[in-house]
Amino acid sequence: MIFVGELSDIPVGESVRVQGSVAIAVFNVDGELFAIDDTCTHQDASLSDGWLEGCAVECPLHAACFDLRTGRPSGPPAKTPVRTHAVVFDGDHVYVDETVPVGTEVTAGLASGLVS
Amino acid sequence: MRDVVVVGASLAGLATVRALRDQGFEGRIVVVGEEKHAPYDRPPLSKEYLGGTASEDEIGLTGPDDAGLDVEWRLGRTATALDGPGRVVTLDDGERLTADAVVLATGARARTLPGGNPQGVHTLRTLDDARALRADLLPGRRLVVVGAGFIGAEVASTAAGLGLAVDIVEAAAVPLGRALGPEMGTACGSLHEANGVRLHRAVGVAGLSGDPRVTGVRLDDGRELPADVVVVGIGAAPNVEWLDGSGLDLDDGVVTDARGCTNLPGVVAVGDCANSHRDYTGDRLRLEHWTNALQQPAVAAAALLGAEHALPSHHAVPYFWSDQYGHRIQFAGHRAAGGSVRVEEGDPAASAGAGFLALFLDSSGAPVGVLGVDRPRPFGRWRRELAKRV
Repeated sequence: MIFVGELSDIPVGESVRVQGSVAIAVFNVDGELFAIDDTCTHQDASLSDGWLEGCAVECPLHAACFDLRTGRPSGPPAKTPVRTHAVVFDGDHVYVDETVPVGTEVTAGLASGLVS
Repeated sequence: MRDVVVVGASLAGLATVRALRDQGFEGRIVVVGEEKHAPYDRPPLSKEYLGGTASEDEIGLTGPDDAGLDVEWRLGRTATALDGPGRVVTLDDGERLTADAVVLATGARARTLPGGNPQGVHTLRTLDDARALRADLLPGRRLVVVGAGFIGAEVASTAAGLGLAVDIVEAAAVPLGRALGPEMGTACGSLHEANGVRLHRAVGVAGLSGDPRVTGVRLDDGRELPADVVVVGIGAAPNVEWLDGSGLDLDDGVVTDARGCTNLPGVVAVGDCANSHRDYTGDRLRLEHWTNALQQPAVAAAALLGAEHALPSHHAVPYFWSDQYGHRIQFAGHRAAGGSVRVEEGDPAASAGAGFLALFLDSSGAPVGVLGVDRPRPFGRWRRELAKRV
């Protein structure tokens, strides 16, 4: 488990980057937290710097879009999905559990309470 | 519409094919490509591929998802003539392809120095160019890059990283001045010297020395820079000469409207060869940018199919990026005549290496462009802000 921070460190519409076995981006979409691999699968760019639109993030370099729930790209230029990770809360502490297999649809970590 | 011929098998051509299929076209598609290679991505040629961190497989543009595209490829073949009104494309081996629609995606080619060039002198546009250059970029060699534009700057950056001694010769007083203006061009150009690459400004090339292999670059101020390898990066010219006599309007490329439509029905042009009206600037621009080659085809395909296709609004803002010396340079919008620059973050004069964000204002003070060095997040915000102008 990777400690991300206090919930208040990740405001709605924002993202933070943490280091797991690879860099991981954690997004707050209207109180639901999602975690995906931070590096765009198309070319080296940090998705935590990207534009959040609903449940998708647009890569800041070439505008590849990834669904935060599945990690799947919505179309070119990215061809392969990013890995998704489970977000886990312990009180106000946010953690990422980076053990979910690639392409697995994950349920958002709910910011409203303790979710395991 | 049953038959489409796409001339050009790079990003814009492939993106057109994908868009036609995405938008429901089920007819025959023939794609003509001058190179023998399947479509590949060009931006890494001066960076990851040249530096040896990306393979040819990795820069390929087609993937498993393209298996259903059902394309008849004519690779290693050149289109030599177009009968515009009849929509007949003639290839170099005499084959004549008659179609209901023709997509012109022939791109641009690297400009070269006049005269014959000795061995060791390269341009960089194609995969074959990059293969040849890569084999020549050996540690300890002396590289002279002619032209401090984006290709020249990226090659210099990659070569310096490979352990070559690098000089750049730039005819203008300020590198990237036409795109970025004096202040920001100077700021981005300062990355060279900060990384041990010598930049010679305001000096032209008088000629090349060496026979059969290059030994130096003679400058018009009388100096000669020793060179084992030379890369000429002095811009590109659209591949449209073959369209003379086709009935198409040509003016620094194929003239089109905002959707890529030419003056002839059923003929569209996309990518580097298209000089298209841009809603963002209100005039025609030929954009040699990757993003344009990716996005313009969806609109042109819709026009051929008689449909509408709206891109996200921020895609209407011209955009390009460059990676140099570990820094990411991004630009969106344009630089207006009589405009000015306002720095929002960082200090370009102190050190481009620390990154900065600057806005380009028009003469009334309204933002029309944004430049970011290592500032992807605020850059993305401004790119969208600029799109509201359209």
